[in-house]
Amino acid sequence: MDAPLLEVLACRQAYHKEASAELVVLEDVNLILREGEIVALLGRSGSGKSTLLRIVSGLLRPTAGQVMWRGTPVSGPTDGIAMVFQSFALFPWLTVQENVELGLEARGVSRVEREKRADDALDLIGLGGFASAYPKELSGGMRQRVGLARALVVYPDLLLMDEPFSALDVLTAETLRTDLIDLWADGKLPVKSVLMVTHNIEEAVLMCDRILVFASNPGRVASELRVPFPHPRNRLDPAFRQMVDDIYALMTRRAPAGPKAAATPPHPLAMPLQRVGINLMAGLMEALAAPPYDGRADLPALAAPLHYEVDDLLPLGETLQLLRFAVLEEGDIYLTEKGRAFVQADVDGRRTLFAEALRAHVPLANMIRQVLEERWNHRASAVRFRDELEDHMSPDYAADTLRTVIGWGRYAELFSYDEEAEQFSLDDLE
Amino acid sequence: MNTTTQPPFAADKRLPNLWDLIAILCVFATLISVAHVARGTWVRIDAPGATEISLDPWRLPEYAVRTTLRMFAALAASLVFTFTYGTAAAKSQRAGVILIPLLDILQSVPILGFLTFTVVFFMNLFPGQVLGLELAAIFAIFTSQAWNMAFSMYQSLRTVPADLLEASISFRLSAWQKFWRLEVPFAIPGLVWNTMMSMSGGWFFVVASEAISVGDNTWKLPGIGSYIAQAQTERNIGAIMWAIIAMLVVILAYDQLLFRPLVAWSSKFRFETTAGATASDPWMLRLIRRTRLLSFLGDSVGQAASSLGGLRLSFGGKPRPRRDTQSRAMGVVWVLLVCSLVGWASWRAFTFAAAELTWSDLGEAVLLGLVTLLRVIVLMVLASLVWVPIGVWLGLRPAWARRAQPLAQFLAAFPANLFFPVFVIVIVHFHLNRDIWLTPLMVLGTQWYILFNVVAGAAAFPGDLREAASNFRVNGFLWWRKVIIPGIFSYYITGAITASGGCWNAAIVAEVVSWGDTKLIAHGLGAYIAEATERGDMARVVLGVAVMSGFVLTFNRLLWHPLYAYARRRLTLG
Repeated sequence: MDAPLLEVLACRQAYHKEASAELVVLEDVNLILREGEIVALLGRSGSGKSTLLRIVSGLLRPTAGQVMWRGTPVSGPTDGIAMVFQSFALFPWLTVQENVELGLEARGVSRVEREKRADDALDLIGLGGFASAYPKELSGGMRQRVGLARALVVYPDLLLMDEPFSALDVLTAETLRTDLIDLWADGKLPVKSVLMVTHNIEEAVLMCDRILVFASNPGRVASELRVPFPHPRNRLDPAFRQMVDDIYALMTRRAPAGPKAAATPPHPLAMPLQRVGINLMAGLMEALAAPPYDGRADLPALAAPLHYEVDDLLPLGETLQLLRFAVLEEGDIYLTEKGRAFVQADVDGRRTLFAEALRAHVPLANMIRQVLEERWNHRASAVRFRDELEDHMSPDYAADTLRTVIGWGRYAELFSYDEEAEQFSLDDLE
Repeated sequence: MNTTTQPPFAADKRLPNLWDLIAILCVFATLISVAHVARGTWVRIDAPGATEISLDPWRLPEYAVRTTLRMFAALAASLVFTFTYGTAAAKSQRAGVILIPLLDILQSVPILGFLTFTVVFFMNLFPGQVLGLELAAIFAIFTSQAWNMAFSMYQSLRTVPADLLEASISFRLSAWQKFWRLEVPFAIPGLVWNTMMSMSGGWFFVVASEAISVGDNTWKLPGIGSYIAQAQTERNIGAIMWAIIAMLVVILAYDQLLFRPLVAWSSKFRFETTAGATASDPWMLRLIRRTRLLSFLGDSVGQAASSLGGLRLSFGGKPRPRRDTQSRAMGVVWVLLVCSLVGWASWRAFTFAAAELTWSDLGEAVLLGLVTLLRVIVLMVLASLVWVPIGVWLGLRPAWARRAQPLAQFLAAFPANLFFPVFVIVIVHFHLNRDIWLTPLMVLGTQWYILFNVVAGAAAFPGDLREAASNFRVNGFLWWRKVIIPGIFSYYITGAITASGGCWNAAIVAEVVSWGDTKLIAHGLGAYIAEATERGDMARVVLGVAVMSGFVLTFNRLLWHPLYAYARRRLTLG
């Protein structure tokens, strides 16, 4: 193999929160990318993989560390690197043709040359007849094709893709994936290498030669896997399934729930809650308890028919584990006794069980209830809890955590909440 | 190649056709009248006929053209202001700290009160020439148009979608390209809408600014506004009618010829990801597209503008990645600079006020301000009681709403000054209390904002919610209280903010009304400012305007902003 195309050396990205605390998004990330490979950055939301992609693209400058492009440091958007966006990022007032020509125009390519290259790119990607259409006339899949053509038309050596298929429906996404891989395998893509961000394990195994699995808090590369299968790949191939299974196991092992993983017990409030709804929890527990699984399921097998991705399933599983309704273990999930009781209970019974779990295992919920009981007027401002949470986590996480606990507490009838006054109270509870 | 998208006659596309003949005639007629009128601006003020107004209706077309040109000159100035001021405020965090509050205040200051001083200023720039007066009038119109346009620009620039911003940085568009390819297109729909509003608001000022008296001198610039003023001094009802007709024609003309096509064109820049129902093109746009010469000209201009916007100009080197560190020393210097400027200004204001005014003057102005405040509140309540039900009724009937919308916009443009004679005659004839009966004049021009916002809100009210309400048989008062009022509330607030702001401004004109020798004065801050202006008492004009600005700002901060925030938070769908 020849010299690397791209090197990411000891990159670290941190945001300052006031003066004291610092929120570390990426910690000591190293990555080498060579010609002729497709590499996935796989991880859950919040693991910093999109941040890394923005650092590589030159949109963001790392707090520490360096990115080398063909041996020279990257200090801004570079020729030879083009990006495809999750939201497509098409300009609604430009036609498909004008959108595709945008990057060329920025480089000062002549009009004739621009039109020719845009035509070629549109033909390659299957959009030949849409040149004069506006993006809003196109379906999601067609729009992302425009996004792809816009990136390819500048003949980039490296194509960056930020969750390019996650805004599309399942079938459309699959068509786009296979089309892209076919073009790649036939050597028709004018790119030397592809780096894509995804939270879909199957997508990573289907498309990529190498997968970097990210872990959260702080974001870092937890492990690196090589995908040995030749293209075209078959999702039903046992070896393919095994690899997906292994990655699930890897990700559930690397992301233990709650604070019990730490050596010294942290502050009880230092526990960010993930925004998982009650109905989702109940739905998953019911599905788990029902016949094909009978209380125990393989995560990928559970995810596939529900069209769930890592991002949906892992937070859900971890939350159930936090509340002791289920246990995650090596890519499997199984219901506990409490979990089974919950599934069998009626509406009131479920609420009581949930309230018990909440008071026992979510210190924040317990604390809010206690404060309310102690106060003579049974009222407390949400601001004080948010302030307290912010001592232990970033403001975004604190806001999310508070919103989650409000939803859970309202369901469990631990407290009621007045959105307008931002106030907890014990009103309207029997 | 996309040959399929071109019409079959593409080959002889550049040959003129019949539509071109009509279009060319129109263009030349416009050019000739503009040239004729422009000559009038360069004559000396004491030249015969330069500043005299004849009530002969045959002079009206010329007056109308001159007034229209003034408005468009002001509009051009407002656009320049919008692109510089609005952009600077959005782009530079430091500049924004000053520019935005300043804009907020400028928006609330009744500039009408300052007319006298701007006239003196511009007359001194071009002594003895009509041009000075013209510029003063244009400036007055400009002050009624510029602020909301600049605000709209600022808000658009601050809300450019992050992914498009990232895309343009990552494809390495230069700052110039980014501005014209991303930021300006994104701002266009809001800007076009606000330009229309500004044109409507401008008429009120045209009438006030074309006939100006400073001390003993009265100048009248040829135009519809001064024609009306002349008709009022001569008590000529017939002439007023002619003026109304002329205005109708002008408003209709620029609405049909300019704004309808502009709005249709700007919908292409609206930032939405789904194709909505598209209204049919206005006839003017169809005409332009049908004429070969004009559409050729249009295309060429468009392409030239497009390549100009595509130039790879950049200011400040190549695009750099985001970095949220700022030079602290520069920040400190900036804050010091701003503080010293504010300190100097307040010291100047204080010394000026101390020399001319006493505390009792302030007390009097505030007291009169409270009277005007009472008027504004009563008017807003009454106007809401009248127009909200009507607006809802219209809005829920799309066929009617389509007809009512342009009418309401037209009525908003119609300057209330034209109704003054009617009020004076009625009040004098029936010996009515002028403190009460002059009041409605304030709201005449601005109530329409409430109407058309409510119409828009009711029209946008989701059909499923209406069906749900009728399914559960929610009727009568309950329906108003629980269904429709919350549904249109944020629209209503938007309209009411504009309407109440307009009321304050109108007070300066509406609290003192004359018809020939009859002059009716109501008690209020508006009358206080108007009378001080007439006396040339600068100190009291400044005091009056400052107190009024204070009232408007407080009113906005204490009432409208919280209500608006509440509506946005709780009462918007989706």
